[in-house]
Amino acid sequence: MDFLRPASWEEALAAKAEHPTAVPIAGGTDVMVEINFDHRRPEYLLDLNRIGELYEWEVGERDVRLGAAVPYTRIMDHLRAELPGLALASHTVGSPQIRNRGSVGGNLGAASPAGDAHPALLAAGADVEAVSVRGTRLIPVEEFYTGVKRNALEPDELIRAVRIRKADGPQAFSKVGTRNAMVIAVCAFGLALHPGTRTVRTGIGSAAPTPVRARAAEDFLQAALAEGGFWDSGRIITPSVARQFAELAAGACNPIDDVRGSAEYRRHAVAVMARRTLGWTWDAYRGNERSASCA
Amino acid sequence: MRVNFTVNGRPQEADDVWEGESLLYVLRERLGLPGSKNACEQGECGSCTVRLDGVPVCACLVAAGQVEGRAVDTVEGLADYAGRRSAGGRAGTARGTDIDEARRWQARPPGARTAELSPVQQAFIDAGAVQCGFCTPGLLVAADELLERNAEPSDADIREALSGNLCRCTGYEKILDAVRLAAARADRAEEAV
Ligand SMILES: Cc1cc2nc3c(=O)[nH]c(=O)nc-3n(C[C@H](O)[C@H](O)[C@H](O)COP(=O)(O)OP(=O)(O)OC[C@H]3O[C@@H](n4cnc5c(N)ncnc54)[C@H](O)[C@@H]3O)c2cc1C
Ligand code: FES
Ligand code: FES
Repeated sequence: MDFLRPASWEEALAAKAEHPTAVPIAGGTDVMVEINFDHRRPEYLLDLNRIGELYEWEVGERDVRLGAAVPYTRIMDHLRAELPGLALASHTVGSPQIRNRGSVGGNLGAASPAGDAHPALLAAGADVEAVSVRGTRLIPVEEFYTGVKRNALEPDELIRAVRIRKADGPQAFSKVGTRNAMVIAVCAFGLALHPGTRTVRTGIGSAAPTPVRARAAEDFLQAALAEGGFWDSGRIITPSVARQFAELAAGACNPIDDVRGSAEYRRHAVAVMARRTLGWTWDAYRGNERSASCA
Repeated sequence: MRVNFTVNGRPQEADDVWEGESLLYVLRERLGLPGSKNACEQGECGSCTVRLDGVPVCACLVAAGQVEGRAVDTVEGLADYAGRRSAGGRAGTARGTDIDEARRWQARPPGARTAELSPVQQAFIDAGAVQCGFCTPGLLVAADELLERNAEPSDADIREALSGNLCRCTGYEKILDAVRLAAARADRAEEAV
């Protein structure tokens, strides 16, 4: 095994081009487990720890450009306002020690259907900045997940950053597991209201081979909110609308039975989380509406 | 490969390191610092918790090559680290526990002069938070970092900060007591000044 330690982003890209089989290592919270247990013996490890820009973020007009290796702890501490869904999801990852090292770039690299960043990214709207010596591609996050633990990166590409839409409304994240810390999601759900465009986006984790959006549920809810004039009135969402939204969200799942839960349980839990996160976010929206109209 | 880094304030060089090796292995097997424990090697138990440039991490999940040029603090250096902190110096720069000193270290028989302990270590003993002791080093490092960051942690803060450390013996209550005790003593010491 060889340990490649590029000192700059350009060097990292050159190394990846020269050694396409090199395994990047950022926080190492996925990679090192595989190496410790001899599940993986890469020819090259490509260390990203020395590349400063991967640990930085920029808050722009529309997006936060989040460096691939920014640890979850920093997202929780510094980006809660801009990325509330991702900050909530980050807080559920592993433990403080894991959150101090683990990163969204690593979550995307691993592309586990259970990765907690994914539902939040899907709900907020995001593009993965994939870079190689050949150039930069922006991959919409919903196209990034191509199969169980597979992603759309080419062998010579690295993730430079994720461009995540800044929140323009309330967001929520919910995760089912056996306890509060150190839990791989049985399933997870992210929801973002986008009052600016009067749209709603969702993300489901651990209930299909890849993280997915519940598109039929989104379409239904958007239409129902528009037709009922809910965005303007800020009225409580009719229970039947919430119920149908939840059923459609469960319908987007294609889960399996495994040690963490049965397929049936996962479908049920996704419906419950969909209904609850809609309640939480809509309450927050109504609260803001009311305070805005009072002002 | 060779790795140069700072351990408990002292420059160290580890040779013949395998490229896939963890920081935990380097500390325990190459530098003779077995304080950080190896229980799971998958980040689940926290018994290998050390500070990397001040940040608590699982040493079993850090690749040895990633610590080149960086500062690691382990439980062996905790008393010293706490001492430097209370002396107002930036922890991580002054003298640490010498590797040879650490190797020579032996538990003293009861009654003999006890080794110098950090406030958190003393609190763990006084509160009865140590049973088999396997989880203790990781918990000490995590608890010490919590109290450095947050001198008056709520119970929720303590639980959160220690949520990455498993203990099979104590049932955690005495561990929570120990952290509260350390916080209370620091508080009193502060008032006395
Ligand atoms: C005890 C424990 C608990 C955990 N709990 C959770 C949890 O609750 N939720 C959760 O989602 N995950 C969890 N994980 C998994 C892991 O922490 C996350 O997936 C994390 O986001 C990985 O980030 P990392 O920086 O450590 O990745 P690494 O291990 O460094 O890398 C992971 C993968 O991504 C690739 N990669 C990393 N950076 C890049 C890049 N810039 N470009 C291209 N490829 C890249 C690597 O080659 C590798 O394939 C847990 C892990 C452990 C050990
Ligand atoms: S040995 Fe590192 S967390 Fe268990
Ligand atoms: S005292 Fe035995 S594991 Fe904690």
